[in-house]
Amino acid sequence: MLCVAGTVPSNDFPLLEGDVRWVDEKLQIAKTLLDVNRGTPALLAAAAVTADALGWSLFAYLVGDTGTGKGSRRLYAHLTDVLPRTRFETMTFHYLQPIVHWHKRLQAVLGNSSPKPTLIADAGSMYAAKMSGAASLYDLFTPDAGELAFLADEEAPHPFYTRGFILHEENRVPDLISRAYTHGNAARYLLVKGETDYLANAQGIIGTVSEPAAEAMEAIGGTGDTLTGIVSVLIDGGMPLEKATLAAMRVNRVAGHYACPTPATQIIEIIRHIPQALRDVLDGENRRIVTPETAIIDIISAHRQTEKVFKRLEAETGTCICCQGLFLSVRDAAQRFGFNMESVLADINGIISEDEKGRASSRIR
Amino acid sequence: MMPVSAFNFLKRTGKKSEPRHPTDQADRGILVFENTSEVIQAERALKQKGWDVHVMGPPPEVRRGCDLVIEFPLIEELQIVNVLRKEGVPPLQVVPVTSPLLQPVDIFQIKDFGQYLMVRAANMKLTVDKTARTIVNISGGGCPDVPYLAASMIGRTIETAPSPRDIGHTLCGYALQLAYEEVQRQCSA
Repeated sequence: MLCVAGTVPSNDFPLLEGDVRWVDEKLQIAKTLLDVNRGTPALLAAAAVTADALGWSLFAYLVGDTGTGKGSRRLYAHLTDVLPRTRFETMTFHYLQPIVHWHKRLQAVLGNSSPKPTLIADAGSMYAAKMSGAASLYDLFTPDAGELAFLADEEAPHPFYTRGFILHEENRVPDLISRAYTHGNAARYLLVKGETDYLANAQGIIGTVSEPAAEAMEAIGGTGDTLTGIVSVLIDGGMPLEKATLAAMRVNRVAGHYACPTPATQIIEIIRHIPQALRDVLDGENRRIVTPETAIIDIISAHRQTEKVFKRLEAETGTCICCQGLFLSVRDAAQRFGFNMESVLADINGIISEDEKGRASSRIR
Repeated sequence: MMPVSAFNFLKRTGKKSEPRHPTDQADRGILVFENTSEVIQAERALKQKGWDVHVMGPPPEVRRGCDLVIEFPLIEELQIVNVLRKEGVPPLQVVPVTSPLLQPVDIFQIKDFGQYLMVRAANMKLTVDKTARTIVNISGGGCPDVPYLAASMIGRTIETAPSPRDIGHTLCGYALQLAYEEVQRQCSA
């Protein structure tokens, strides 16, 4: 399951944790309803809408903080206490006050977790990771151009102190990416949000997405948060990271396109269009992604090579899933036969992805 | 009599401590003052408000002020400098501990959307409707006061919106203040 940790812009908001639901354009966590604006609520809203559309679920740890750092400290303390007893496959850290000594405690917990979850950081959590010298612990950072310049500047303790000669290079994203990796200040992958979105790793640029283009998106607060929310869910659902990132870039752009944005558009207007954008993009990907609601018969019919996963489950559960549950969805089968749905989905989507890679490379040859 | 707090740094320098990793200080800044009396006054004011600050000797790169400085959580520069201004002891200089020669950002990127104007300072972007002079969007930034600042400022005119300097806390708030001042300058030109 995906877990998101971040803050809500209110001093009165308590430390809250629970499953996240999307109800009448509000976030529901435990029994609390939360309005959506920029910041972690925008990320969570995009993630909840995406998870809803794909039949997945997510969890959140939230606390109120208006910049004093008091709420963030409470959340850091809580996370270092509870995370050793949890099993999340993916964790996304967002608007937390960047405090090095607290991040180091958190990093010790995350570094010791086995299996290690896929770790994503954006906003203040990404700043804290860089400031702590722990960028390489993370699998994905999602900076915009200003934040990329900060990652690229090995001296800067915060984007506010990024040196001018680096800031002037905003149109040279590949150079800044390379500089961030040279100094060990980038995660395993970078998703750089901007006029063109870039996916890169230490070897260089892996892919870019620049269509559909809506120049106004840059001005709209929360568009980076929604992208981080979408990619977090797709990765957690078992889509390989590179594919999930490129798909999320497209989904965010298509949702923006449907909102016909101006620089005055508010983020909720874009979030409303995420389900349609997901349908467009994932249909465009030939619905290669298997969700909890996909029927086992459909999976095996379309991807024969996934049969081995069900054979393995037969050995583990003592039940022939293909004989007794062929027409069930993965979720229903998991409940009935008692297997771990998320790890099975990750296996299936991994096999499909590897198979597609193989077919793509044989086509190239 | 000299207040006890003034000797805190002497006590610390008198005992051996574990070597600190360079990244341990990556989120700390230094406040430089004109004289020792201001350092003592500032330290007392900040500690009374619950901040984790320490008096220490200045690094060699800092060439102004007296021979004592205050180390503080850099991210909270905006709020801390505000408090010191109100106490009548504004610092001469504020610098990051790890790189005292770094200067705050002073480069602005400006994008004209026709009806709207967007100004970016470091990681913060502020967009206004040029005719109505209304703040229509705030984006970028990763500190927790950014969503709070956005909620407080969007929909207000650049004349009536609260200033990030007054209600913000962090360096993102500081960057937004610079973008806000630049928008005011651009819209009055």
